[in-house]
Amino acid sequence: MIEIENVRKSFGTLEVLKGIDLTVQKGEVVTVIGGSGSGKSTLLTCINGLEPIDSGRIKVDGTEVHAKSTDLNKLRSKVGIVFQQWNAFPHLTVVENVMLAPRKVLGLSKQAAEEIAVKQLTHVGLGEKLGVYPNRMSGGQQQRMAIARALAMSPEYMLFDEVTSALDPQLVGEVLDTLRMLASEGMTMICVTHEMKFAREVSDRVAFFHKGVMAEIAPPEALFGAPKDPELQKFLAATH
Amino acid sequence: MFNTALTWSDLAFLAQGAAMTLAVTAVSVTAGTLLGILFGVIRVQAGPYWSAPLTFVLDVFRSVPLLIQLVLANAFQSIAKLGWAPFTTSCVVLSLYTAAYCTEIVRGGITSVPATTRRAARSLGMTWWQDMRYIVTPLATRVSLPSWIGLTLGVMKDSALVLWLGLIELLRASQILVTRLQEPLFILLICGAVYFLISFPIARLGGYLEKRWSPND
Repeated sequence: MIEIENVRKSFGTLEVLKGIDLTVQKGEVVTVIGGSGSGKSTLLTCINGLEPIDSGRIKVDGTEVHAKSTDLNKLRSKVGIVFQQWNAFPHLTVVENVMLAPRKVLGLSKQAAEEIAVKQLTHVGLGEKLGVYPNRMSGGQQQRMAIARALAMSPEYMLFDEVTSALDPQLVGEVLDTLRMLASEGMTMICVTHEMKFAREVSDRVAFFHKGVMAEIAPPEALFGAPKDPELQKFLAATH
Repeated sequence: MFNTALTWSDLAFLAQGAAMTLAVTAVSVTAGTLLGILFGVIRVQAGPYWSAPLTFVLDVFRSVPLLIQLVLANAFQSIAKLGWAPFTTSCVVLSLYTAAYCTEIVRGGITSVPATTRRAARSLGMTWWQDMRYIVTPLATRVSLPSWIGLTLGVMKDSALVLWLGLIELLRASQILVTRLQEPLFILLICGAVYFLISFPIARLGGYLEKRWSPND
């Protein structure tokens, strides 16, 4: 369970998160929508401790993320994150990209790590690309590799930060299909996205962020069907 | 028919000079590179404010002509009664000189690795050290290699200046022969060829590594 309690965060004088409360249950899929600069991506990077927070609390399975005593590296192997830019390690082949963290962070043997990597890469449809260098692949393939890389750590939670925003339109589908597959397998996920159709399909709940505030959260039928917040109404009118 | 008074033992004398050049270069480039890596990492980690004193010292080593550094260092070690041999003094000065340039090369290499790539590594649970070792080092090395090869070749040639401390390296050995045999053109030609023979493999090694790494880019 991820518990976010009254989290505030500023970059300089700009307050990007103005007291966010959100609890995500095991197995739940929550998507976060909203305009640029609404704080939704920042929230994800706070959840696995890549960004510090100014006040409030974030707990993952009871462990407080920003407590001094928390071993962030241990926590991060439990909370996977995939970014808008897929950030392949360009000097490693696809299979090596996926094997690196299981070997070095989890301390697995080369064989064990390779087994996991092949399994995850096959799972996301890249079983044929094991020995290829990332720059020889399309953006969609690199993004699926990044997903496999995160999954290879056997995370219990996955955070997706606008993972299709940097992709050519014709490549968006393959990545969304991968996310749909994960959702159907019961992975606990928080997805920041601009893909409204996707959000409507996979989510248990959809959260709408506006200017650092979670203005509305509801199951997709309610949120898209009968939006209450006036800003959300405007946002949906503009994106449809 | 071409006549020369140059004998085999003169060539052996030149070879000894070349060995001295190689020794000074090898020690200075090795020590200078290790120091440069250390200083480069410190500069990136500490940020411009806290590393300002280090940056200033390195700037001094980069801007004062090497010859002046050598002569001053030799005078200082003598005044301070350190009892350093000319070889030691030469290696210390050249190492610091190399380190000053290498620091900038290393810093440039590290900062060339995108912050997002490093964040991805950390997000997988890797420690700062693991990120440095498995992600930053290989990527930064690829970027820095051409400049580092250039630096090494430069230091190799600049090492000729240690003759002012009395070390008989390749150029000084050639000078001695020129004075004795009065065949400056021929001897300097040989001297230049030897410098080339030393440099060429280093340059080619750089070219080879660049080529080997390029298919991944």
